[in-house]
Amino acid sequence: MNEVELLNWVRGPGLNIAIGIFLLGTIWRLFEIYSLGRKKDLSAPRHTAGASGWNTIARRSLAPPGMLKRSPISYIGGYVFHVGLAIVVFLFAPHIELIENLFGLSWPALPSQVVDLATVVTLAAMVLVLVDRINKPVKRYLSTVEDYFTWAVTFLPVLTGYMAVKHLLLPYTTMLALHILSVEILLVVLPFTKLFHVFTLFMSRWYNGQANAHKGVPV
Amino acid sequence: MSASLDKGVAVLKEMIDAPIASYFESCVHCGLCAEACLFYTETGDPKYTPIHKLEPLRRIYEQEYTLLGRLAKLVGLSKPVTDDELEAWKELVYNSCTLCARCSLVCPVGNDIVYMVRKFREGMAVSGHAPDGLIGAVTRTIEIGSPMGVKLPAVQAQMKHVQDETGIEIPMDKEGAEYMVMLSSMEIMNFPEYLGAIAKIMKQAGKTWTLCSTAFEATNAGIQIGVSDLAKVIVNRIVEGAERLKVKTVISPECGHAYTALRWDGANLIGRPYTFKVLHILEVLDEFRSQGLLKTEGFETTRMTFHDPCQLGRRGGVVEQPRNLMNMVTKDFVEMDDPGKYNWCCGGGGGVSANEEAEELRLEVFKIKKRQLENVGAKTMVTACANCRIVLEEGLEHYQMDIPVVGLTELIAEHLAPDK
Amino acid sequence: MSRRPTVAEQLARQGVSRRAFLKFCAAAASLMALPPSMAPAIAEALGKLRRPSVIWLSFQECTGCTESLTRSHTPTVESLIFDMISLDYHHTLQAAAGTAAEQAREDAMKEAGYLVLVDGSIPTRDGGIYSTIAGVTNLQMLKDALANAAAVVSIGTCAAYGGIPKADPNPTGAKSVQALMDEGLVPRKPVINVPGCPPIPTVITGVLAHYLTFGEIPELDSLGRPTMFYGDSIHDRCYRRPFYDQGMFAKTFDDEGARKGWCLFELGCKGPTTHNACATTKWNNGTSFPIESGHGCIGCSEPDFWDAGSFYTALSAPADPLTLATSATVAGAAIGVGMSFVNRAKKGAAKSGHETATLKDLEK
Ligand code: SF4
Ligand code: SF4
Ligand code: SF4
Repeated sequence: MNEVELLNWVRGPGLNIAIGIFLLGTIWRLFEIYSLGRKKDLSAPRHTAGASGWNTIARRSLAPPGMLKRSPISYIGGYVFHVGLAIVVFLFAPHIELIENLFGLSWPALPSQVVDLATVVTLAAMVLVLVDRINKPVKRYLSTVEDYFTWAVTFLPVLTGYMAVKHLLLPYTTMLALHILSVEILLVVLPFTKLFHVFTLFMSRWYNGQANAHKGVPV
Repeated sequence: MSASLDKGVAVLKEMIDAPIASYFESCVHCGLCAEACLFYTETGDPKYTPIHKLEPLRRIYEQEYTLLGRLAKLVGLSKPVTDDELEAWKELVYNSCTLCARCSLVCPVGNDIVYMVRKFREGMAVSGHAPDGLIGAVTRTIEIGSPMGVKLPAVQAQMKHVQDETGIEIPMDKEGAEYMVMLSSMEIMNFPEYLGAIAKIMKQAGKTWTLCSTAFEATNAGIQIGVSDLAKVIVNRIVEGAERLKVKTVISPECGHAYTALRWDGANLIGRPYTFKVLHILEVLDEFRSQGLLKTEGFETTRMTFHDPCQLGRRGGVVEQPRNLMNMVTKDFVEMDDPGKYNWCCGGGGGVSANEEAEELRLEVFKIKKRQLENVGAKTMVTACANCRIVLEEGLEHYQMDIPVVGLTELIAEHLAPDK
Repeated sequence: MSRRPTVAEQLARQGVSRRAFLKFCAAAASLMALPPSMAPAIAEALGKLRRPSVIWLSFQECTGCTESLTRSHTPTVESLIFDMISLDYHHTLQAAAGTAAEQAREDAMKEAGYLVLVDGSIPTRDGGIYSTIAGVTNLQMLKDALANAAAVVSIGTCAAYGGIPKADPNPTGAKSVQALMDEGLVPRKPVINVPGCPPIPTVITGVLAHYLTFGEIPELDSLGRPTMFYGDSIHDRCYRRPFYDQGMFAKTFDDEGARKGWCLFELGCKGPTTHNACATTKWNNGTSFPIESGHGCIGCSEPDFWDAGSFYTALSAPADPLTLATSATVAGAAIGVGMSFVNRAKKGAAKSGHETATLKDLEK
C-alpha cells in the first residue's frame, strides 16, 4: 500500500469503519451504563441555592479551594491540554470544513498561527501530564497500561496533525494519512476505554450534584 | 456463621446502579481524590487513594454488568474477585475511610466516591470482611439497643440525675409532644451535660418534648458497617417510637452518623417517607434563635473554632446554623482553613473510631487537624458530634495539645439567659 | 530486414540540422534536470543510437494520451523523439489499417529488445472480452507483445494504475500493466509508469529520451514513476503555496479569494497529495496548468484518483464517512438494549434472591 492508497483508505473506508465503531460503541455503552437505573431518594429534600446536578456539572470544572496548590500540574496541565485540544479540534479551518461537510454547521476559524501555537502548547501540556503521571506516586500507582495507551492515542493525532501541517519528517500525504488514521484509532477506542469519560463525566457530575443537592449541599 | 463471598457478590450486584457504573467509567486515574483524603495526605501512601479503595467493586461491576467485562472474565483476562482480595481490602474500605466524602467533593469528573464506599461495605460485611470492632458495635445495637451497650435504666439514671441538678422534669414517652429528642450512647455515657442542656433550652423556648423509652439511641452502626437490613431494624425502632408518640419532629443528637442515618437513609431503608420531620439539634437551635426563642447572655472570650462534623456539614447541609449559634456566644470565633463543606474529618467517622485495628492510623492522620488548629491558634474547639468530640480529644491528647473540646449545644446552654 | 538507420542518419535524412538536434538535447537535459553540459553527451548517445523499434498498444483508453502527445508545438521535441524511434505500431497514428497494421506489429515483434508503450488499462473480466483489437483481447495482445520486449512504458494513469476504467465498480475488471505482471498474467518486464490523465507531452518524451540516452530505466518512486518528473508534489511547487501557508483560502470559485489567486485547498485541490510536473513544466507549451487557470488539481497522476471522493471536497475532508452510521447506530442500540435487559434480569434476580442479612451473616 502506498501513501496515496493509504490516504484514500483512511479518508474513505477507514473513516467509515471508525465512525461506525465509534457510534456503535458509544450507543451500546451508554445504554449499558445508564440502564442500570437507580433508586429514588425517599428522604425529605432540603433546598439550597446553588445545589443541583446542573450546578455541579459546571462547578466541577473549577478547582476546589486548596486543590490547585496540592496538584498544580493536574489542574494547569489538565486545563491547558483540554482547552488546547478543543481549540485544535474545533477551531482549525480544515476541521471546521470537515464538520461543515458532514453536518452543515460552520463557525469562524482561528488564524492558523494561533492554532499552531495552541497545538504546540497542547503537546507540551500532554507531555507534562505524562511526566507527572510517571513521577507522582499516586498517579503512578493508579496507572495501568490503559492510561498510557489512551494518552498515546490522544497524543498522536495532535502530533501527526502538526507534523502534516508543518511538513515534518514525512511527506504531507503520508502524514495526513497517518493523522487521519490516528484519529480513527482514537474514535475506535474511545467508547471502550477511560476516554469514554468525555460522555459519562456529565452524568457523573449530575448524579453527584443531584444526590447532594437533595441534602442541600452544593458539591 | 454464614458470611460468604457469594453473599457479598450477590449483594453488590443489587447495589451496583447507574451512578456507580457512570463513576467507574468516568474515572481518569488523575489521583486528585487522594489529595482530598486525609488518609493519603497524612501518610503519603498511594494505596489510600479513595478510588483505589473500590478496585474489587469496579471489577465486579465490569464482570457482571458490561459485555466486554463478561467476555474478559470468560476468557480469563479478568480474574474474579476472591475472599483473600476482599480481606486485603478490609483495611482500605473500613480502617482508612471515614465516609467523610471529601473525595466526592473534588473529583473532577464528578465521582461520588463515598457513595460507592458505602455500598461496597454492604458486600464486604456479608462476605465476612468487616472489622470486629464494628461487628461488635452493630451486634450490641441490635441485641442490647445501643452500640455501647447502654440500656434504658442507664438513661433513666441520667434523667434522674439531670432532673435533680436542674430541677426540670425530663419527659419520657409523652404522646403528642412536638419534639422527640434522641441521644447517642456517647452522650449518655460521656457527655451527660447534653440532656441537661436540652432540658433548659426547651424550657426557655416553651416547647413540648419527650424522650422515647423504646427509641432513645440514635446512632446506627448498621450504616457504618454497611448492612442495610440491620440498619433498617435499628432505624425502625425510631420510626415506630416517633409514630407511636405522634411527635412532629424527631431531633437527632450531636452525632453526625446518627443524623445521616436518621435524616437521609432512614426513609430509604424503610421504603417510605416519614410521617414526621427530622432535624439536627443545631437546626432546631438555629430555628429557635431566628424565632427569638433562644436567648443567651455573655460571651466566651477565648479564641474558639468550630469543627464541622462531616456528616453534618458536607453530608448533611448544616453549615450556616452552627456559625449563627457560635456568633451568639463567642467573641473570638475563628474559622480553620477549609471550613464548612470543605472541612477535614476528625479521622474517626464512618465506624473508624469503633475499630481498634484502625487506631494507630487514625492518630496518624489526626496530624491534619493538629495543623489546622495550630494555624488558627484556637484555644477551644467546638463541635456538634459526640463521636468527633471523643476522637478530637483523643487526638489532642495524643499530640499533647491542651485544647478542650465542647459540644455546641452545651456551649449554648451555658449561656442561656435565666428565666425572667 | 534491413539495418535500422541510426538516429543521426535519420535526422540528416529528414533535414534536421545538428544545431537543432543539440538544442533538443539541451532541452531534454534540462527536462531531466541534468546540467546543460550533458547536452553533447546526450546528442552523441542519441546520434549513435539505432532507432529502436517501439510498439504502442492502445487498450481500454480514450485516446487522450495520444492526443496529449500530438498537441505539441513545432519544432517539437516530441516529433524529434519520434524521429528517433521507429514507431512501428500505433493504431491511431499509423496510416496502415486492418490486416496490414496487425502485420506491422507482428513484424516488429520478431526482433527482441523493442520497447512497448501502453496506454489504457486492460480488462480481465470474462476472459478480457471487453476490449479486443482485430479479434484479439488486449490481455492476449499485451502478453504476446511483452514476450520479447526490453521494457514497457505505461503511458497515462489507465495503463499505469488502471485509471477511470478501473474506477468503482470496475465492470470490465480493468487492471494496470504492473498489476497484470504482479499477478503473473503477463510476462514480467521492467515498467516505467508515466501517469497523468493525460500525462504531460514533454514528460512522455522526456522519459523516452532518458531511456534512449542512458539505455536504462530512470530512478523510480514507489509507484514506478520517474522521480525526475514525479519527485515533487504539485503543492511543493505551486505558486499559490504562500497563500496556503498563510491560511488564505478561496471558499468559492468566484469569491474575493478566488479572484486574488488564493489557495484552492478548500475547493478540493489535490495538489498536496499529487506528484506530477504540472506546476513546473506546465501545459500547452508551458502556458499554464490547471491551478493557474483557477481550478484545483484533481490528482490525476495518482492511483484511484477517480474514487478518492469529490474533486471539490477538501483533502482534509472525508470522502463519505457516514455510510455506516445508521447501521452502526442501530447495532449499537441493539447491543445496548440487549445488555440492559440482561443486566436488569441479573439485578432483578439478585434482588429477589436477597436473603435478609442478620448478625450471623457478618462472620464466616
Ligand atoms: S470518604 Fe473521606 S476518608 Fe473516605 S476515601 Fe473519601 S476522603 Fe478518604
Ligand atoms: S479524582 Fe475522580 S477521576 Fe481522579 S482518580 Fe479519583 S475518582 Fe478517578
Ligand atoms: S492550490 Fe493546491 S497545490 Fe496550490 S497551494 Fe493550494 S492546495 Fe497546494
